[in-house]
Formats: sequence, C-alpha cells, structure tokens
Amino acid sequence: MTRIALTVNGSRCEADVEPRQLLVYFLRDQLGLKGTNVGCDTTSCGACTVLVDGESVKSCTVFAVQADGCEVTTVEGLAQGDELHPVQQAFHEQHALQCGYCTPGFVMATISLLKENPNPSEVEIRDGLEGNLCRCTGYHNIVKAVQAAARAGA
Amino acid sequence: MENLALEGALTVTFVRSLFAHANIVDVDATAAEALPNVQVLTAADMDLGVFGPPPFPGVNPGMGRPLLAVDRVRFVGDIIAIVISDDRATGADAAELVSVDYDPLPAVVSPYEAAKDEVLLFPEVGTNVAARFGSPEHDEKLFGGCDVAVSGTLVSQRMAPCPLEPRSAAAELGPDGRITAWLSTQTPHQDRMVLAGTLGLDPAQVRVVGPDVGGGFGAKMLNVEEVLVVWLARRLGRPVRWTETRSESMVALPHGRAARLEFTLGGMRDGKVLAYRLEVLQDCGAYAVLGAFLPNLTGLMASGVYAIPRIEFESRSVVTNTTPISAFRGAGRPEASQVIERAIDTFAAELGMDPAEVRRRNFIPADAFPHTTASHAVYDSGDYEGALELALRSVGYDELRDEQRHRREQAATTQLGIGISCYVEITNGIAESEFGEVEITPDGGAIVRTGSFSHGQGHETTFAMIAAERLGLPVEKVTVHKGDTDEIAKGTGTYGSKSTQIGGAAARLAADDVLELAKQLVADYLEASPADIVLDPAVGRLHVAGDPSIGISWADLASRASADERLAELKAEHEFQAAPTFPFGAHVAVVEVDTETGRVELRRLVAVDDAGTLINPLIAEGQVHGGIATGVAQALYENFVYDDDGNPLTGTFVGYAFPSSADLPSWEAVEMETPTPLNALGAKGIGESGTIGATPAVHNAVVDALTPFGVRNVDLPANGENVWRALREAKA
Ligand code: FES
Ligand code: FES
Repeated sequence: MTRIALTVNGSRCEADVEPRQLLVYFLRDQLGLKGTNVGCDTTSCGACTVLVDGESVKSCTVFAVQADGCEVTTVEGLAQGDELHPVQQAFHEQHALQCGYCTPGFVMATISLLKENPNPSEVEIRDGLEGNLCRCTGYHNIVKAVQAAARAGA
Repeated sequence: MENLALEGALTVTFVRSLFAHANIVDVDATAAEALPNVQVLTAADMDLGVFGPPPFPGVNPGMGRPLLAVDRVRFVGDIIAIVISDDRATGADAAELVSVDYDPLPAVVSPYEAAKDEVLLFPEVGTNVAARFGSPEHDEKLFGGCDVAVSGTLVSQRMAPCPLEPRSAAAELGPDGRITAWLSTQTPHQDRMVLAGTLGLDPAQVRVVGPDVGGGFGAKMLNVEEVLVVWLARRLGRPVRWTETRSESMVALPHGRAARLEFTLGGMRDGKVLAYRLEVLQDCGAYAVLGAFLPNLTGLMASGVYAIPRIEFESRSVVTNTTPISAFRGAGRPEASQVIERAIDTFAAELGMDPAEVRRRNFIPADAFPHTTASHAVYDSGDYEGALELALRSVGYDELRDEQRHRREQAATTQLGIGISCYVEITNGIAESEFGEVEITPDGGAIVRTGSFSHGQGHETTFAMIAAERLGLPVEKVTVHKGDTDEIAKGTGTYGSKSTQIGGAAARLAADDVLELAKQLVADYLEASPADIVLDPAVGRLHVAGDPSIGISWADLASRASADERLAELKAEHEFQAAPTFPFGAHVAVVEVDTETGRVELRRLVAVDDAGTLINPLIAEGQVHGGIATGVAQALYENFVYDDDGNPLTGTFVGYAFPSSADLPSWEAVEMETPTPLNALGAKGIGESGTIGATPAVHNAVVDALTPFGVRNVDLPANGENVWRALREAKA
C-alpha cells in the first residue's frame, strides 16, 4: 500500500492505495465517485475521462499513485449546486446524450478542448474528441453541444 | 450494477475458452483456490440444464447453449469455469491460475465451410444446419419473360454491438427467499420468466430490476452469464456481482449480421422488375440462438419498397466456431435492405439507367396500401416515391450528378459517388402487446408505469408527453416508472423498435381511462352527471360542460380525493396489442473516393425517415442520428474478423474499427410523417430505421464512384482496403 494525498473536486483527501490501483477505480470504489465510467480496457473509449491539473486524462490509464499531489476533477465536481456547468447544460439542451454512459467522459473532454481552443470549427471539434466513443448519438448532437457551449463561452 | 451498494457482494469472474473448438480434458483449480477466499465452480458443480429461451420455431433444439461448457468448447469465449472472489483484482488473478487442459479440435469459421458438414459442432445432431426457412424449390420459370437478369453476392459482415456500457449483473437472495436480480437488460419482465424457468423457480420468487442501462442495441437480451449470476446468489447465499470487461464483451456479448446473401433480379429493359430470388446463408455462431431465426425477417422484408410480382426466398442457418449471433440494431431487416438495394443498383447499372429512375418505376404506389408483398408482408402505410423525391431534392441530386460527370470527364483522382437507398422495415414485428398504467398522485400529477424499458431511448420523456397531453397536465408533472418487475405488473420490454407504437399507445389508453374515472369522481363531487364533465386540457381542469366556473383542477381533485381516501380510484391499466407497422424512408449518401489509394470519405448523408406521427421530434431525430452512425459503421468501418482457427482478430477496441466523431460527418435528417392507422398515436418505430437506411446508401455510393472503372461491387465494409481490391480486380 502507498499513501497518496490529492485534491478531488476541491476537497483534500489522503488514502492508502495498492500500487496497481487505477485512478478510475480509486475514484469509483474508494471515493464513491460513480460518475466516471469504464467502457474499455485499451484506452480507447474515453468514458473514464477526468481532469488532472486541468488536462483531460483517461483515468483508466493512470495509476492512482500517479495522481499523488494533483488536483483531480470528475463530472461530480462541475455543477455549482443546482446549476449545471455550461458544458453540461449544453449537452442537456442539445440532446447530446441518450444512454448517457459516454457523457461524463465527453463533458470532461469538451471542457479541456474548449480551454485549449475556445472557438473550434466542426472539424476541430470532431478531431478533438476523437478519443471518446459514443454508440447512441452518432456524435451529431455532441458536436452541436460543443458548439453551443463555445458560444456560451464555457 | 457497479454503482449499487451491495453489502458484502462477491465478485464473479468467468474463465473463458481460449480455443474455438476443443474437448475439455481437465480443469485444475488448485492454484486459483489457493488465493484468499477464492472458489472455483465448473459444470460438474451445477445441477442445471441447457439455457432457457424457448426454441424458436424451426430451429433445431439440439444446438442450444449449456450454461457452462460441458466437455466441449465451441467458441473463443465459451465459459468453462466460474471464479468467486472478494474483489475484481483477485478474481482476475485467480481466473488466470485456473488451468484448463484442452484437446483441440479442427475449427470451422466460415459458414460456407460449415454447411459442408465436414467438421461438426454437434456430432450427435449430425449436421451444422440449425434451421432452414423459405422454400428450397426452384421455380424454373421464375425469370421467364425477363429481358435481363443480374446476380450478385452481398456479405453483410459480422458486427460487434458495442454498447458503451459493458454488461453487468448483480443478484441477492432476500431473507424471504425471494431473489432480486439487477440486470443491464432491455427486457426485465421476460428475463424474470426465463430466469424462473431455467432455475426451476416460481416467477413470484424472482424480482428483476433494470436500472439505468448504457445501451442495448438488441444485444442485451438475457444470456447465460445473467442466469449464472442469479444461480450463484442462491447457491452461495451471498450477493454476487459481475461486470464484463470490454475485451470479454467483444467475444461474449452476441454479435450481429453475419449473413451471406445471394441474389438474382430479373426484369425488362424499361426498368420494370419482374422477379427476385434471394438465398441466405446465415452464420449463427456456436449455438443456435436468435440469430438462427433472423433470416425469417430478411425473407419477410425481401421485397423492400418495390412491387415485385415473383419472389423466391430460401435460407439456411449454420453453426460455426464463433461468438453466437443474435439481434443487433435492425436484426434481419438491414440484411434485406442491403441486398435488395444492391440488386436494384446492379440492375440499373446493367440497363445504363439512373438508379433513382429504376426505383421510381418499381415503387409500391402511395395509393396501394395496405399492400401485401410477394414475400408475404402486409405493409400498413407508406409513400416511398414521396420519400425519395424529398431526399433527392434535399441533397440536390441533379447538381451532384453534374459534379460527378465533370470529375469523370476530368479523370480526377478523387471521384464522387452518389448512393441511394429506399427502405421499408418492420417494427413490432410479431404483433406484441404492451402494458401501461396511469395513476394520479396526491399532488395532482401522474405516474405512468410502462412494461416497455428505456435504456437511452427517452421513454421517460416521450411517454410522459403522451400522458400529459391526454390529461392536460404539464409534462413535468408526469413521471414514468419502468424496469422493476415488482412495481410494474407486466411487460415485454424494448426491442424491435416497438415501444412507442404499443407501449406509448398503452400509456395513452390508460391515461384516457383515468380521465374517465376522474370524470366520475368529479361528477360525484359536483353532483353532476359524468357525461357532463369535460376536461379543459389547456389548464388541466375538469368542469361542467358549458360552465367552466363549476369545476376542479387536478391538484384540487387529487387533494380532495386523498382526504376522502378515494385517490386509488384514479388509477387504470391498459394493455394494447396491434399488428406490425412498416416505417420507411430514403437515404442519399455522397462519398469521395481516392481512386489511387482507395480511401473513402463520406461527405454527406441526407436521411428521410418516416416513422408515422412523431411524439417528440428531438428524441426521434436522436434515434435517427445514432442509427445512421451504426449503418455507416457497417458500410465503411466495422467488421468482426476471425483467423482460420477461430481466434478473434478484432477482440478489443483497438482492433475493432468503431468509428469516432472524426470518422463521421454531421447528418442531414429530413422529417416526413405518414401516420399508421394501426394505433391512436399514428406512430411507428424509429429506433432502427437509420441503421437500415444508411448502410445501402453509403455502400451504393462507393460502388457508384467506381463505376467508370468497371467496378460492379465492393465488399463490406467498403473501406480503403476493399475499394483498392475491387479496383485491382476490375483492372485485371
Ligand atoms: S475506460 Fe478509459 S478509455 Fe475506455
Ligand atoms: S449516449 Fe450512449 S454511448 Fe453515448
């Protein structure tokens, strides 16, 4: 077991983790943050995307110990009380989710994309979200949601 | 299920076969059981028979799947043993330590080879043929009188359904001896019956809960894994939980399609089609489950949108050493559209006629409904020519043909292809019924309980809208409950795009019943006659006809009825059953093909999808978008492949070409509404249309781009490699 200390969604936490514990299972099983999903075992689907120090990261591909000393944001850390984050709001309004399994990952990836490029073109959005897969929406409304979020200045 | 707090739940890990075909000589679990709290079970520890779904009519019952492999494995992924552990990581470690001694057998992977019956999966049955449908008789005169007949083969390749959420199941035995199963499912009520049947329990002893589920696409019907999880919870007396990994899901979750379709289409030089023969060889994977039966739907829908006077259909379903085939978005109908649309284009190319024009000359006319096809389907309503004209106008067909001509004249490296697909499909295919119940709540809102099950389709919104509209309530005041067999009296679930047309219709009828009951109660309170009470739907108020001042709102009615203990009177259930409906549409795809490298780029896809009256256009359009993406995925990207020994070569998300947003364009969906007379909503199904329509449009577009090079067909998926091959063959 290794002791790690990190900030998750603004709260400091310390925990003992097995060296092979993946960040995603640390968040889900140890911290009970079930919003981050697991959709594959090959770093392909992006369902597990979270922000580590502001950058989007596939949490199935980093060990919990690597997040030691970092600031982690999951989908649970976005809304302010009842008010959704502008990216979440845009996904909701544009009907950019159906089953919703991919959604937390897409939302986190979008936040990171818009931080780097606040006004992306359609091609830039499509290329920027290439690491996230969705089986339900055909991506159409996801792209619209990202555009709407960009317009809203998210 | 992973989100459920199940105190003390044990983890289930399955030990799966690494061989496609082998006898199991020995299973040694000593090393695995040396790990803390690990227990390993095999078929020898079980007292259960073959997996329960009732055999489909015409399918050989001797090819069912045992719950655990007994003596022999028949595909990579067949379950050999079960590991029980305290946590996921220990389970994975232990599963690796279970040592299986295999005696390998020759594997048969291609259905074509399997049909020769040289290697048998079930020697005791004596053949690999699991089912035959249609007629093996050939009518020598089928193509008599035709000027032209064209033939070809279309292989509708094997696909992995890939719901983003892998399957998951959990079960717990209650102190009262009842078992609760939480399943990632589409069909909680059917699952309850099958679980009870397979485990020899009274259905009243089984509760199935379908929580929020991350996609199904037809693949999440009850399977052996879920039965085993429930059996384990009973046997161990502890809650258990299983969640598959993606790589496990790629081989363990049933696949779709995998049909080889041979066609001959004959007709006159003026473009009129007279006769069609379709022969299907369906790969059903290692066990004869739903996939063996699906060619029936392909045969039923063989005629497509065309009035073809003579049709012959014949199919064989054969077992192979591969993952079993079941339903996947479209299930039997995409295959029918893919092949008839390819056949029509082949026929048009032979005549040198515009493919749009050939279609116009053969459509079932809009005034000919209901229409019975030569393949015995009774189409309810449609306007096929209307859909095509709308699609052609929306895409700018003539301008695109001009641009294509220009590029051809220039001998440009990148050629333009325009592909058309006109489709009709069948929803609620076996004329099922669905259950709906509406109840007024103490605050004057309503609860709709439906036997249908939403796993991303948005029934919560659509069904709430339906009931809200009938009762004059704001939609926020209506909540939809589904998925718990203890709360919902009965149901069939969600598949075959039937939910709105029967489940939504049942909810509407139940809401109407509740309204009648409410009128009686209001009449009591106001000392009027129920016949004189009317609803003002704009404000949700029941009042005396002709005098709106004498009335009562839903909220006041509910609170008064609560106080009088009469609220229970405001509750009604309804079951609605109806014949199948036939949604239809026309898709036009525009592709660019690099004739040197074979690279294909989909530039546009215009989709006219007519599913009758739309309740919620936003949700319906979402269904179309997702459907199109899956259809395009089949046309251009995905293909589940095995090597000759039956080893999967595309068993992870790295190897399997699941398209991302970067691989696809935005869709141009165009609405059209031709109501069905078969339910009060006028609604047909929309969930699978996009998939059915898109594949042939894109496929035809790729072939169309290559016509000047003498290419007559490109194998699916029409990706760079297959295009390059087709070009090379045409040159040779
Ligand atoms: S679960 Fe992390 S990329 Fe798929
Ligand atoms: S909404 Fe279901 S996978 Fe994206």
